[in-house]
Amino acid sequence: MVVKLYGQVTAACPQRVLLCLLEKEIEFEIVHIDLDTLEQKRPEHLLRQPFGQVPAIEDGDFKLFESRAIARYYATKYSDQGTNLLGKSLEHRAIVDQWADVEVGYFNVLVHPLVMNLVIKPRLGEECDAALVEELKVKLGVVLDIYDNQLASNRFLAGDEFTMADLTHMPAMGYLMRTDINRIVKDRANMNRWWEEVTARPAWKKLMKMAGF
Amino acid sequence: MAMKVYGDGMSACVARVLLCLHEKETEFELVPVDLFACHHKLPSFLSMNPFGQVPVLQDDDLTLFESRAITAYIADKHKDKGTDLTRHADAKETAIVKLWSEVESHHFNPAVSAVIHQLIVVPLQGEKSPDAAIVEENLEKLGKVLDVYEERLGKTKYLAGDSYTLADLHHVPYIYYFMKTSHAGLVNDRPNVKAWWEDLCSRPAFLKVSPGLTIAPVTN
Repeated sequence: MVVKLYGQVTAACPQRVLLCLLEKEIEFEIVHIDLDTLEQKRPEHLLRQPFGQVPAIEDGDFKLFESRAIARYYATKYSDQGTNLLGKSLEHRAIVDQWADVEVGYFNVLVHPLVMNLVIKPRLGEECDAALVEELKVKLGVVLDIYDNQLASNRFLAGDEFTMADLTHMPAMGYLMRTDINRIVKDRANMNRWWEEVTARPAWKKLMKMAGF
Repeated sequence: MAMKVYGDGMSACVARVLLCLHEKETEFELVPVDLFACHHKLPSFLSMNPFGQVPVLQDDDLTLFESRAITAYIADKHKDKGTDLTRHADAKETAIVKLWSEVESHHFNPAVSAVIHQLIVVPLQGEKSPDAAIVEENLEKLGKVLDVYEERLGKTKYLAGDSYTLADLHHVPYIYYFMKTSHAGLVNDRPNVKAWWEDLCSRPAFLKVSPGLTIAPVTN
């Protein structure tokens, strides 16, 4: 039976799961939930995800939401197939978790409102909060200095290999890089090198094609 | 050699790790870091956590930051002793624990920590007053999250099912501080959430950690 993913292929959190499934060579089916018409807030979807967001998955009888929990589940379930996303030892796994948690607390917390203001609000005809964008850029610069330093001595965020720590950043980074503040990454040599390398991966290219980018 | 935790027991994120260590009956040494003197911003500390925050864990030659990565590591390393915090024997159950841990991280934490920051941390910094608009906005968000919890806890005793796991544990320090503010009604007015909280804060591991949670809120 094939994994059913409820979501929109252009949205960052469903992309996190899709990228994981592609890296792990797991078959899936996307059931489109239309965010532009707020389908994710309708009762039918709230049964799958009580916070009214995407993605959610159904795999036979098993149901799950929260993209990072879903990605981790499949990375664990299929640890012997496709790319090893979780690290090879308990200690390496902990380092992968550490940088994956950094994505939540330091990166996403800044990039999400940036993308909302620079990409989503204009699309919806709403006004962008320019002062907030400036403030977030400064904070993100400080955070990306730390990343750049980590990537000066590590090929990927958690060491020598591509792991969940890198993957989990990619959908939101993809959006950021399509805005006119992408210099914030491009001007940092190690971050730029890392971004070029992770986006050259076949799974990412497939995902971008599916999303129409 | 016992694990070392760098931090101060009054920090919610440090307390999260200490709770886990106690639940797993694991020995550790708490190495004090003077937060008021900003020792967590000194180069010697930044070499352990470049984000300059507590906690940091050292276990032999492994140095780890991010409290939830630390709790996951401790729970996994010592999965055969103490409380089963991850339901490691069943991959699907582990995923459900992870799901509700993510909910804490993404839905609960941003709202509750914004309220705690205004009502507890800002007054300590001396110069500003709490921003009532930020408190109001985040109390509303928190209320909606707790509505989801109220429904969930009507079906299961704990967030991820019938046993206490990391999904519950991660909430504990911030709920403790939140209950000291004048907005404790958000919990007390939801019977299932209230019963769940009363259970969490009666656990022996919590009774060992709560004496360290010493910051008092300015109530408004």
